[in-house]
Amino acid sequence: MNSREAILGALRTNLRRAADGGEGAKTVMKRLTTHAQNLIPMRGQRDLSARVALFEDYAVDAASTVARVASTEDVPAAVAKFLRAHNLPTKLVRAPDPRLDAIPWRRQRILTLEARPATENDAVAVTGAFGAVAETGTLVLTSGNTSPTTLNFLPETHIVILWADQIDPDYESQWTRLRARYGEGMMPRTVNLVTGPSRSADIEQTLQLGAHGPRRLHIVIVDV
Amino acid sequence: MTESSPRRFNEQAADALQNVELQQALNHMRAGFVQRRREAIDRLPEFEGLRDESQAIKNHTLDHLDLYLEAFEKKVTEQGGRVHWAKNAEEARRIVLEICRAVDARTVTKGKSMIGEEIHLNAFLERNDIKPIETDLGEYIIQLRNEMPSHIIAPAIHVNKKRVAESFREHHTKLPADRTLESRVDILAEARSELRGRFVAAEVGITGANFLIAETGTSVIVTNEGNGDLTQTLPQVHVVLASLEKVVPTLEDATTLLRVLARSATGQEMSVYTTFSSGPRRPDDPDGPEEYHVVLLDNGRSALYGTDFQEIFRCIRCGACLNHCPVYGAIGGHAYGSVYPGPIGKVLSPALMGIDNAGNLPNASSFCGRCQEVCPMRIPLPKMMRHWREVEFDRKLNTVRARWTLGLWAFFVRRPGLYRIATRLAVGLLSRCARRRGHFRTLPAAGDWTRHRNLPAPQGGTFQDRWRKKRLDR
Repeated sequence: MNSREAILGALRTNLRRAADGGEGAKTVMKRLTTHAQNLIPMRGQRDLSARVALFEDYAVDAASTVARVASTEDVPAAVAKFLRAHNLPTKLVRAPDPRLDAIPWRRQRILTLEARPATENDAVAVTGAFGAVAETGTLVLTSGNTSPTTLNFLPETHIVILWADQIDPDYESQWTRLRARYGEGMMPRTVNLVTGPSRSADIEQTLQLGAHGPRRLHIVIVDV
Repeated sequence: MTESSPRRFNEQAADALQNVELQQALNHMRAGFVQRRREAIDRLPEFEGLRDESQAIKNHTLDHLDLYLEAFEKKVTEQGGRVHWAKNAEEARRIVLEICRAVDARTVTKGKSMIGEEIHLNAFLERNDIKPIETDLGEYIIQLRNEMPSHIIAPAIHVNKKRVAESFREHHTKLPADRTLESRVDILAEARSELRGRFVAAEVGITGANFLIAETGTSVIVTNEGNGDLTQTLPQVHVVLASLEKVVPTLEDATTLLRVLARSATGQEMSVYTTFSSGPRRPDDPDGPEEYHVVLLDNGRSALYGTDFQEIFRCIRCGACLNHCPVYGAIGGHAYGSVYPGPIGKVLSPALMGIDNAGNLPNASSFCGRCQEVCPMRIPLPKMMRHWREVEFDRKLNTVRARWTLGLWAFFVRRPGLYRIATRLAVGLLSRCARRRGHFRTLPAAGDWTRHRNLPAPQGGTFQDRWRKKRLDR
């Protein structure tokens, strides 16, 4: 008997499962296909403008920085301002994301952008997001041909362009959107929930930012 | 390697109490974790409701574990990944080695995994000429120091920054010897740059899993550093190590558990990186691993399903029981001599190692009950420790003296009349002997107590007499 059968056999015996799975099999199938929601905290259940404000509060609590701009046109100036304030390079690597293509980057001549996955030599990455969660100030980033995962982790600075209406009350709303995009039971290779920049408290239980992932996480929220 | 063992718990605990650096570290820890957890819970009115639901989710899943594991496997396979089943540590190590050999791996980066510790993977890979590199900062530090983790979420909690700097100077020999390595900032920057090259060079990345999701064939890791993400994104192969009970039904169920996990562990609203991985990179993905493997480890667990111990598998490894345990807080993690320290280890280790090898652990408790109180999954840890103590007694594993004392006590409590007389006599005798001082400096058969402090003499009759009198007075 192979190990798979030995382990499953022991579980079936100890859990007193009927040979054909019995009632249990039906219960499990139903639970997996209905994926019912559990208790959802009230905290994020607000209208859009209050949700954006809550997202901003929790993002800042988690040591992200946030800028609000009125329209897509204003994004390049906001990015340039952030880079200047932190004395960061203006050579950027960005996601090959159509929403980022539509941003008039040339208005800030100082910026140069390359659309590709990140390497260990890149200092600043700019990406979009699949969505965001107001409840905890969390970004939802998915992998795909227009959103390489390396951009989220290799560069020291990560700038995320987020449209205000992408901010949902809770994670559950994001799962609903994911299922609509990728199909029932299907996921992209990677979904990153990101709440703030990288950190470690492994030395004397004292928090330090910038462990292995980005030291800075800057979120530019575009009003809609 | 620090060779500690649950058999030598008493000596190890005594050493830990004398260790000044350890005591400083533990003092620091206690305040931080406890307070931050409290504050996070106070911010979320639904926390107790989420605990109830989390407990129900896990109970349901464990009762149907065989079916959920099959569903998980089916989904992983559909997405181009592969599930491997390992009955024991040896089989799990062999599976990992075969995966590494298939791509001629020379170095393997590792995200934090308690299963990796449980199967002693690092030593095994090294014996097979594959270099494992821990990438969680705490795990990296203890790997350099050749130690076991002393806490399940803060593995290097016992090490101060001076010792970390010493280890770095000893191992990072290519860096100038006169560099500054005083502050935590210096140390973290050095770890970051040392490990960056390792992430890029490794052929295989191994992570643990906080959850597996049956609905989508997904593994979930939770980190603050981002090391787990670099570990599983950059190499050609991603291997996930998980024990059977990590599976949950749906994304929604994982979400509920995530809402209690970080708050119970570190008091964060959410850990920085919660990452869901499903299969290898897709055909049009520009990055990510080409292979995705999940190794499901049994290692004695399947035999415990359908028994009183099934409840232990609700554990989500948040570490709250360690952070709130007066025994852990006094002696730290290494004294336990097992991979899983603290209250959870006192129940889990005897189950995994056998009670004959871990007999002292369920006794290392004052039964204050705080572990159960703070456990987000409400695991009845004290009850389970008591159960192990019974097994230990039934199998005659305690010392002769402990058995004799317990036997004598059992003789009297089963005869309440005799018990009352005997305790009255003892109390009377002891209070008469100590009349003048009110305490004993030495007493036969109580040397373990009086060696450290005076033993107060009983005053005013037995507990039962006083209780009866109080009731009559009212």
